[in-house]
Amino acid sequence: MYTKDGERYFIVDAHIALWDARPENQRNIHGKQFIDCFYDYHSNLSPDSEKWPYEEYLYQGGERLMRDVFEHGYVDHAIFQPAHLGEFYVNGFGQTEEAFALARANPERLTYNHHFDPRNGEAGLDRLRADAERMNLKGVKLYTAEWHGESRGYKLSDPWAYRYFEACRELGITNIHVHKGPTIRPLDRDAFDVADIDHVASDFTDLNFVVEHVGLPRLEDFCWIATQEPNVHGGLAVAMPFIHTRPRYFAQIMGELLYWVGEDRIQFSSDYALWTPRWLVEAFVDFQIPDDMSAEYGPITTAQKKKILGLNAAKMYGIEVPEELRLPDAGEPAVGPREPGRADLAAAR
Amino acid sequence: MSTLTHAPAPTEADVRRALDAVLDPELDQPVTDLGFVRSVALDGGRVEVHLRLPTSFCSPNFAYLMASDSKDALAALPGVTHVVVELDDHHDSAIINAGLAADAGYRGTFRHEAEEDLDELRETFRRKAHTAAMERALTALLRERPDLPEAELAGIHLWDLPGDATTAALLRRRAAVGLSNAADALVLVDHDGVGYAPEQVPLALRRARSTRISVDGNAHFCRGLLRTRYPGSEKDQSPLKEHTP
Repeated sequence: MYTKDGERYFIVDAHIALWDARPENQRNIHGKQFIDCFYDYHSNLSPDSEKWPYEEYLYQGGERLMRDVFEHGYVDHAIFQPAHLGEFYVNGFGQTEEAFALARANPERLTYNHHFDPRNGEAGLDRLRADAERMNLKGVKLYTAEWHGESRGYKLSDPWAYRYFEACRELGITNIHVHKGPTIRPLDRDAFDVADIDHVASDFTDLNFVVEHVGLPRLEDFCWIATQEPNVHGGLAVAMPFIHTRPRYFAQIMGELLYWVGEDRIQFSSDYALWTPRWLVEAFVDFQIPDDMSAEYGPITTAQKKKILGLNAAKMYGIEVPEELRLPDAGEPAVGPREPGRADLAAAR
Repeated sequence: MSTLTHAPAPTEADVRRALDAVLDPELDQPVTDLGFVRSVALDGGRVEVHLRLPTSFCSPNFAYLMASDSKDALAALPGVTHVVVELDDHHDSAIINAGLAADAGYRGTFRHEAEEDLDELRETFRRKAHTAAMERALTALLRERPDLPEAELAGIHLWDLPGDATTAALLRRRAAVGLSNAADALVLVDHDGVGYAPEQVPLALRRARSTRISVDGNAHFCRGLLRTRYPGSEKDQSPLKEHTP
């Protein structure tokens, strides 16, 4: 819970990880390249006071995670969104058993989402069924650029992916978090393209598709599909820290999201341990659209901030929110731009 | 490979000027301005250029395009007899550098991961670049002329735009997607040159704006990451030229 100026914010961090990128777990050079890339993200976008030494960044462990996220980070509930990366790390990047055990020990605070890879075929489907039962899964995190033998990526519209979504439907796994990465098969196409999410969202209207990083680096394509599909949501992982380094860019991202997607379908996340939630929550509550952009974007209201910081994800996951902190949905259209009046730059001037 | 052995040997300035024509397709900026050119070495007509990118995990298809476009641009330079282009510190450096050395082309480089070619990928990003340039020009016009109703942007022609850098940038992007640059051509058009009815303008402009924000935002992010990854590389980056904040 975060309190500022008499307002109370229920915080759900919708994307955290418990990873192990230490040298002994790196399978090959790509394991080092991957965590180095994360560390550069962390170094480039964090305020100086929040930067960690490289060694601490490789692995945090459950105790530190609980401290950073809940004790210092104001977070009421957090959701694990693990990346497997089995081709880069001996025991995978996301530490399944450690994270799952932590979630089981702290059910009020943590939800464990798992992952699957449709290229694992029938055996993977059996595995998903067993995992769903053991872990009581409500959601999965999919990384479409996962390397897998000769293939370095897949589309959600691939036939086998559909088999897995049908299984999700049976198993009550309703929340599909999708992270697009730099590779796909074939490499002829844009790996970050989100058109496949449009297809599956239309075909599985009873599943929620949360597009992580709000589609970045294809924000525009994400906004365009999300405005047409009521079951497509945006996760703010990686977009959040721009609030510090590029506040004007962050303002434009938020302005576009509120216009195209609306206040009820955007979820806060720190992407721990890429960043820590404390400074992000503080900065977001204090954030406002700069005055010279007021022609393009309306101000972000306190109610919108409360929804984004926690109420939206709480609703999707059935997380109990104190009665006095709940808010009604906005009276916005299910599809199409949320603030049609603001579409007109000239009229708003 | 050029065999123009009687032309004088190229200078580093010649090489960098040739590389100015190589764009990062996603960011729509020259690899030189972005600081992606790590080194240039010359030995008579032999040129060796090393490229670097903001992360090891930048998309390999775009990485390949920039590297192979660089090789093509240098091979066309008078006085050049042999070209080596290498991409450093990327997860596919070995694959891409071997493919470039053998002039294997996209399919020969990526083999089972390549189906046809990268033409569609290129075209997709030329269209995004045009969309973003169009939004910059029209938003600038709206700010210039506060009384201009937004819906009237549907009837704005190239001759209505000022002769500034923003317009020049738009003309280049239009040419790249095959649109006419005749003075009486409409400005607010899709990639086929089809215009919009006045009532469609607000949504078309908003959509174009989201594209411009995405392209500009990615450029800021990639430039920053390069500086973090390669301390000192900031001195190799030129400021964003045609882009309004």
